[in-house]
Amino acid sequence: MPKELLDKKDIDRVLSRMAHEILERNKGAKGLCLVGIQRGGVHLAKRLAHRIKEIENKDVPVGSLDIAFYRDDLSIRKEQPQVRRTEVPCELSDQKVVLVDDVLFTGRSIRAALDALMDIGRPASIQLAVLIDRGHRELPIKADFVGKNIPTAINENVEVSLEEEGKEDRVTIE
Amino acid sequence: MNLLIKNGHIIDPSQGIDGKGDLVIENNRIKEISLAQKGRRNAEGKLSWLQGFRTIDASGLHVLPGLIDIHTHMREPGFEYKETIKTGTMAAVKGGFTSVCTMPNTNPVNDNSSVTDFIIRKAIQEGECTVYPIGAITKGQRGEELAEMGIMYAEGCVAFSDDGRPVMSSLVMRRALEYSRAFNVPIISHCEDLNLSEGGVMNEGLLSVTLGLRGVPPEAEEAMVGRDIALAGLAKGRLHIAHVSTAGSVRLIREAKARGIQVTAETCPHYFSITEKEVEGYNTNAKVNPPLRRQEDVDALKEGLKDGTIDVIATDHAPHHRDEKLREFDQAPSGISGIETAIGISLRLVEHGVLTLAQLVEKMAKNPAVILGLDKGSLKPGADADITILDLNKEYGVDPGKFVSKGKNTPFEGWMLKGMPVITICKGRVHE
Amino acid sequence: MKLSSKDLLGIKDLSKDEIMLVLDTASGFKDVLRRDIKKVPALRGKTAVNLFFEPSTRTKTSFELAEKRLSLDVVNFAVTTSSVVKGESIIDTALNVQALGAEFMVIRHPSSGVPHLVSTHIHASVINAGDGINEHPTQALLDAFTMKEKTGRLEGLIVAIVGDVLHSRVAKSDCYLLTKFGAEVRLIGPPTLVPLEMQSVGVRVFHDMEEGLRDTDVVMMLRIQMERQGRGFFPSTLEYARYWGLTTERLSMAKKDAIVMHPGPMNRGVEIVSEIADSPRSVILEQVTNGLAVRMAVLYLLAGMKE
Repeated sequence: MPKELLDKKDIDRVLSRMAHEILERNKGAKGLCLVGIQRGGVHLAKRLAHRIKEIENKDVPVGSLDIAFYRDDLSIRKEQPQVRRTEVPCELSDQKVVLVDDVLFTGRSIRAALDALMDIGRPASIQLAVLIDRGHRELPIKADFVGKNIPTAINENVEVSLEEEGKEDRVTIE
Repeated sequence: MNLLIKNGHIIDPSQGIDGKGDLVIENNRIKEISLAQKGRRNAEGKLSWLQGFRTIDASGLHVLPGLIDIHTHMREPGFEYKETIKTGTMAAVKGGFTSVCTMPNTNPVNDNSSVTDFIIRKAIQEGECTVYPIGAITKGQRGEELAEMGIMYAEGCVAFSDDGRPVMSSLVMRRALEYSRAFNVPIISHCEDLNLSEGGVMNEGLLSVTLGLRGVPPEAEEAMVGRDIALAGLAKGRLHIAHVSTAGSVRLIREAKARGIQVTAETCPHYFSITEKEVEGYNTNAKVNPPLRRQEDVDALKEGLKDGTIDVIATDHAPHHRDEKLREFDQAPSGISGIETAIGISLRLVEHGVLTLAQLVEKMAKNPAVILGLDKGSLKPGADADITILDLNKEYGVDPGKFVSKGKNTPFEGWMLKGMPVITICKGRVHE
Repeated sequence: MKLSSKDLLGIKDLSKDEIMLVLDTASGFKDVLRRDIKKVPALRGKTAVNLFFEPSTRTKTSFELAEKRLSLDVVNFAVTTSSVVKGESIIDTALNVQALGAEFMVIRHPSSGVPHLVSTHIHASVINAGDGINEHPTQALLDAFTMKEKTGRLEGLIVAIVGDVLHSRVAKSDCYLLTKFGAEVRLIGPPTLVPLEMQSVGVRVFHDMEEGLRDTDVVMMLRIQMERQGRGFFPSTLEYARYWGLTTERLSMAKKDAIVMHPGPMNRGVEIVSEIADSPRSVILEQVTNGLAVRMAVLYLLAGMKE
């Protein structure tokens, strides 16, 4: 029976705070590019861009990044991960990229995302924003902006469901 | 060899015999048949001089005149890696055949008396059953000049054929049919218009298109059958059509016979039991010439066997080496190693009511003998002791790995068959 | 969702879902091909061997590039210098290649059924790059990708395939794929080159090109293959071009926005005039780009098929 950790209102408040933090750290929206990691991060990146527009009245480019080809577990998986779109609508070389993902766990997805991003261009800097950090890192990866820290057991499952996918906005653990 | 075969169900169409009885063989010849009727004592009781005769109890079994395969490829001389006269006749005997005719497409071609002589002597020395050579119609089977039919006939050839190839020139075929009259031998025709069949490796139709394989239309055979029938009428020779595979050919032969043309015909077990579908998956064991055809052709051949249009069931036993079949479909040689499955497949005709057992024996023993003018195919007194004993109840699965023939190329692998030869008697020996 | 077999032998063996999986995956790879670094490490460390027993530059190059873009190690097996000339059987060749550690074998062969034969004897993945006059599945997949990208659909699309269908493995694979998706396929050509049996597969046969092209959404021209057909199928290329060549006038029978395709290489002036080949309605070059993405997708998806 999944237990609800965050509801719609909680998620909204968390995202607002993260948007403010991103703007504070980067001293405004100039040169920022938000890139959501497929699939969970893409919708969140769009929402963050929306918040930033509300706060600062600036348009920040939003892109999506598919990491299927860069995963380190391709030879052990039972089936090939589904391939999705990668669209990065900015010239990376003078941009500060903020990678956005829903759940930070082992850190391997982020490692793959870094490799993918490097093959696309050479960003001026890369920061990481995640909605949930559930611990149990297997690689030296740290998020710059965290929505909520949630301690979990390794066999538990944290799920972020969003309205954009036709579900309710909530974060659950099981 | 002296032998008493008792209590078997004896079928001999040449004498109209079809009933239980005893068969006595003395000095490798049929001595007499004693049918079990009310009030008649059996042979065993009657003849005291049967002391010392070996007895075979054929209760529950069928006793037939030794089967004759009018169309086989023993491959020797020249292709001994595919089969030899020794292994081929061993396979024949296992398949219930006591005589086989071997086609001349050997290397060298059997188009002269020395090769004929070689085959006959090899067969006497090493053959498990009798081997009758069929000589080539034309030198080298090139379809240009007639081979020395007279000399080969004297040496022992029982018929002439360029099998493997047709005689494309109508003029040469006419001459062959005319000339053969001097020796009263049949010309066996492999009917295939090479211009229509060019490059084809299976029956032409939807399946060949969707498999991407070049096809041979049924008309490639029918055009030649029609031509040969017309020439047989003109030349008044004796024509025998080999491996009939299409409904159209059956129709032409039926009509020709009705008109009084001297034509006989044979078909093979695969043509009346399986279709081109066996090729699916690029199965080279289903690659044969003429190719496996459609269901309508299978049905027409069964009809033709039933009404007598088709006189003979032959095997066209064509063994190939395993490596030759394990390759690109269009490069693999055509042929099915069929001599060990022929009787089992043919008995299905009896099971399905297409032929009676006696009629089957006609197709596989009596008619071949008559067509070739052989003193075989019959159990009349004085005949050679060539006997095939069948157990119609024995069920078995087809396992090419267990074939005696060197050729394991069969599309019937895994088939469950009912009825097989359990004893074959020929050349003075009993094979079990 | 994954493919159901370790090999890609033909469109006949693929379900609609499997075909959609390949096309969707190919979209992702097309994105990769737009980047500066057109390479991903997905199949790093694995080996692909290209066994081309028939001359081919474009398909071979396309496969080779697709393999390299996935970081595969590539070996090209050239027939003329190989042991095939010395009489080695096809099975022996395949087993030897497998012993070298190839996970993928891309095979093009003049005999239909060779990829099928090889696939039953080895556990590597076999990709059919064209076998005899049977199938050329990756070509059909890239054609479908192109049609879908340009018109937005496959179902209900009216597609004309013009030329030597009898000897075209491309045409056959396209027919099998398009009929699976409910497209209306019209085969147009001389009676000697368009087998009527194909009607049983669900296509319509036309010998009158104007009639056949009426209201079509896609016009696919096939190359007249001099080396494959033997002789006697039509009296001369002049006559062929007059009746079945694509001219601007004939193309006007198709819909206004109909696209023109060709598997290449083209015989300009025979089956297609230059004006059309070089016009914006021709998507011939895009077919080539899409071919790369589709082949990458096929390799990627087959890599997930473990024994």
